[in-house]
Amino acid sequence: MVEPNISSPQLTPDLAIANLQSADLSLRYYAAWWLGKFRVNRPEAVDLLIAALEDEADKTELGGYPLRRNAARALGKLGNLQAVPGLIKCLECSDFYVREAAAQSLETLGDTTAVPALVKLLDGGVFAAVPVQNRPHLVQPYEAVLEALGSLGATDTIPLVQPFLEHPVPRVQCTALRAMYQLTQNPIYGEGLVKMLANVDLKLRRVILGDLGVIGYLPAAEAIATAEVETSFKLIALKGLLENQLIAGEETLSLSESAIRVMHLMDSLL
Amino acid sequence: MSEELIRAVTEAETPVQMVKAVQNLAAAKFAPAIPTLIAVFGYNNPAAAVVAVNALIAWGEIAVPALLSQIDDYNYGARSYSIRTLAAIADPRALDILIASATTDFSPSVRCAAAKGLGKLQWDKMSSSTSSIAISRAKETLLLISQDPEWSIRYAAIVGLQYLAKLAKIADVRDSVQTRLQELLVGDSEIAIRTRAQLASKSLATTSN
Repeated sequence: MVEPNISSPQLTPDLAIANLQSADLSLRYYAAWWLGKFRVNRPEAVDLLIAALEDEADKTELGGYPLRRNAARALGKLGNLQAVPGLIKCLECSDFYVREAAAQSLETLGDTTAVPALVKLLDGGVFAAVPVQNRPHLVQPYEAVLEALGSLGATDTIPLVQPFLEHPVPRVQCTALRAMYQLTQNPIYGEGLVKMLANVDLKLRRVILGDLGVIGYLPAAEAIATAEVETSFKLIALKGLLENQLIAGEETLSLSESAIRVMHLMDSLL
Repeated sequence: MSEELIRAVTEAETPVQMVKAVQNLAAAKFAPAIPTLIAVFGYNNPAAAVVAVNALIAWGEIAVPALLSQIDDYNYGARSYSIRTLAAIADPRALDILIASATTDFSPSVRCAAAKGLGKLQWDKMSSSTSSIAISRAKETLLLISQDPEWSIRYAAIVGLQYLAKLAKIADVRDSVQTRLQELLVGDSEIAIRTRAQLASKSLATTSN
């Protein structure tokens, strides 16, 4: 994520919408980011961002489309389903980061019509999921795609997601576990994530705590509390478990035993 | 023998030697070692610092004067270990530093530890004339930070308020804590905060009967 220069002039929604049509590419790039960041959910902003998904002007030497990336990310934040067809088209973009941003935004928008297009990115299965030469990523944004399929509840795709449990990259395995848990509610996958907490890489352990929080895998509560990760990550993960518990019990704020157990763990971490 | 254990800490040459030396010193339960254990906070060795924190918590109030006088205003890491230790010991002599940390510390996790510590201070160690002012300062601090924009601070403030209302045993304190908990459990934007406020409120209502 490119953070804007602090010295950039203060934008307003009107100015950002105007800048998105500016001849200055850097102003357009920044305006697209800004509209998402401040969730300017106005029809003209959405229309212009959708149009920016097909921009040809802002192109890097390596063939990247920076404005499209920012527009795709912003549209995920604005929550307007009009963006879905444009984002689906972006899944075929030659720029990996546009495809990744589109998959993430389609996940956030929660529209299941994106599932067939997302599944296409898994073509060739694990064998095709290899690194691109001289780039820090695989041929497709597998993590974003698997995560989206899990969040969208695309149970038909289980046979396609499952093989990624065997992918050689630990982060991809984790995303497959997370998605399989969401699609099946089978504790074996939650336990798989807990086992991966023994991984030596601190960054991966942080990500796994995040995954456990999002899927709300309650039996992991103690493992989260004792994981070798900074306390702030543990608190956020436990908060995720708690929220999942509570959403299941509706807004009545029922103090179930498991909710109380999670809160006691959170108290002990302070 | 004990001096040798202290020297082993000051002369440790590798991080692993340091952890071992601090473990040995902690196990000796030797009061003159307290300043050395506190100094470990400044050695940039988290594993050794955790051993020292636990040893000092076990010393309890005996370690408090040294902890207060050795607070390092220039080494942020060392300072945060001192505050965490003081919060866990919960001796009321730490009131001022805990109030300052809970409201203004740079790190949310130190603010959380200080907030919980403020609630757990052992008021019966103070004379009743000084304790009522001290309790009300702790209460005002926790009520203030229960409005913090950061959810973890509000969460810790609720935990602190729950302990405070229980330990202070003053009807006015209990009432104003209950009022604030009711506001949070209806109006907070985070469901986790509303639920923790409810748990605190219910727990206080049960103990008052």
